[in-house]
Amino acid sequence: MSAPDDTGTIGDAVAGFTSKLRGGDLGSLPVVVGLVIIAVLFQALNPRFLAPGNLVNLTLQAAPLGVIALGTVVVLLAAQIDLSVGSVSGLASAIVGVCAMRLQWPMLVGIVAAIAAGALIGAFYGFLLSRFGVPSFLITLAGLLGFLGLQLALLGPTGSINIPFSNPLVQFANTWFLPPWAAYLIVGIAAIGMLVEGLARRRRRARADLPLSHISITIVKAASLLVLLSIAVWYLSLDRGTAVMPVLFVLLVVIMSYLLRRTRWGRSIYAVGGNVEAARRAGIRVTRTLVTAFVICSAFAALGGVLSAARLGSATTLTGTADTNLNAIAAAIIGGTSLFGGRGNAWSAVLGVLVISAISSGLTLLNLDASVRYMITGAVLLLAVIADSLSRRSRTSHGRA
Amino acid sequence: MTAYDVSSARDELLDPVISMRGISKSFGHIQALRGVDLDLYRGEVVALVGDNGAGKSTLVKILAGVHPQDSGTIAFDGENVSIPSPAGSQDLGIATVFQDLALCDNLDVVANLFLGRELGHGPLDEEAMEQRSWELLRQLGARVPSVRVAVATLSGGQRQTVAIARSLVGEPSVVMLDEPTAALGIAQTAEVLNLIELLRDRGLCVVLISHNMADVQAVADRVIVLRLGRVNGRFRAPEMSYEDIIASITGAMNLGDRKPDSGGAK
Repeated sequence: MSAPDDTGTIGDAVAGFTSKLRGGDLGSLPVVVGLVIIAVLFQALNPRFLAPGNLVNLTLQAAPLGVIALGTVVVLLAAQIDLSVGSVSGLASAIVGVCAMRLQWPMLVGIVAAIAAGALIGAFYGFLLSRFGVPSFLITLAGLLGFLGLQLALLGPTGSINIPFSNPLVQFANTWFLPPWAAYLIVGIAAIGMLVEGLARRRRRARADLPLSHISITIVKAASLLVLLSIAVWYLSLDRGTAVMPVLFVLLVVIMSYLLRRTRWGRSIYAVGGNVEAARRAGIRVTRTLVTAFVICSAFAALGGVLSAARLGSATTLTGTADTNLNAIAAAIIGGTSLFGGRGNAWSAVLGVLVISAISSGLTLLNLDASVRYMITGAVLLLAVIADSLSRRSRTSHGRA
Repeated sequence: MTAYDVSSARDELLDPVISMRGISKSFGHIQALRGVDLDLYRGEVVALVGDNGAGKSTLVKILAGVHPQDSGTIAFDGENVSIPSPAGSQDLGIATVFQDLALCDNLDVVANLFLGRELGHGPLDEEAMEQRSWELLRQLGARVPSVRVAVATLSGGQRQTVAIARSLVGEPSVVMLDEPTAALGIAQTAEVLNLIELLRDRGLCVVLISHNMADVQAVADRVIVLRLGRVNGRFRAPEMSYEDIIASITGAMNLGDRKPDSGGAK
């Protein structure tokens, strides 16, 4: 047996990709295709859909939900679920409102308090899960109600706290845009970073005498990232430009992606999600892994709540209720993170939230009301879950279960 | 018919790597092991055989740190030790390949091999792990298409090989295999048996639990028969006969009252 030869040109990469697809390992292909279909469909129905102004709004709207979905991805990867992310985000927005407006504390203290409360809730879930062995489904279902109640109690009889538009947090979420040069600079740094990382990886593999992919693949990847992001920045700059909040979201995704793929902690999350007994026997501290997953999920949910309060300029009884919960979970699943645990990655939060927000934005443009929006989002979620199950079945029949 | 020959020259030359004395274990009112004495040596394959419920798996689980024994002592390289956890067992240098293999199907071969003991300070050193994975698999003569495919895509024999290769990552002195050939075809079984001989030739002690007498006779240097939680027979390689082992397993013959493997000499 020997390591495969030093081939791996672009042709091979494409061949490998199609073989993966046939084996049922669909990756993010269905969601990308779905996004294109959605874009074409809504553009045909209302030409304003793909207008720069609407896309700028879409990025602003997607970011808070995306942050919540990012935390959900981590919990799903560990083969758990958190049904209370909506309530926790609502509670966090109420905490920010109370701290900043009623108590007149500095804004930053309120934000930190809200995120800390989220982390504490996650630790509490982790404790309940490991101490009593109650399924996370039930613990977080109880949390959904409990923290919704706490949110209502915090907001008091008026049921809402307005945060004035002059507040820096609200400005951050509504009016902070990157100047074009800064946006292009970030794009350039991202592309160069990808290139440098890819080349360094190749060098390390060459030194370790491992099979290499052709250097053109690394270059093509970085170049396509550069081109795609530049087009996006240019298109958004036709309107108000690239907002800071979505950039923050993507930055968090990059960080989480790194932690999940390149650290022991990330490996333990995947292992626990794939086969918890195997992980335990390999000496992984399962309890600690699960607690950290819930802490991260709830902390991200809280941050998402803070961002959505900032976006709306108020913390109300409606923040984080209704569809936030399921939208966040749906986004993670639509983006390609498996409900069955152990499969998926941080970027599925980005793809999934784009789909959810695009549908929501398109339907709003068509003046359809909430009833239709719920039904359509539900149908898309159903499709995503069916795709997940089908690809799992196909993997089984191709011996890739 | 031969019981175990105490005065074997090799046993006097080498001290046992593991020496168990009077091991008992019960689960509720079921007595799984009753005063089992067992010595294990480097460079030999010891088969543990017995009917269902004879206590084979319990004995292995005690060594693997899954359950502690109720009474009795375990000495590792002459020193009394306790094995409170799977990690404790691994730290001593005992590796266990369970029947279900305990692989994470969603992770690739490299990630499975190094699960729980990844290389690298801070970020994982994927290149070092991948390089070491190729080395290990090459040493075992494994035919694995790539170490970067998910374990789910591998065949039963390949999965068994990965599981055995994983047990070697920590450079153990004892490898315990629980029914390694149960789910395999003929060719794959032969591969795994070759692998077991390879491990023995590298100086490891291999403990093999098996129901398959053909496999046991093919590779085992010694056979220990457990029956109802007691050692009911000890056989050494060339002299053991299929009939005797079966008679011992079923209880038609009882050879268990002798002192353990090397005990008479000490």
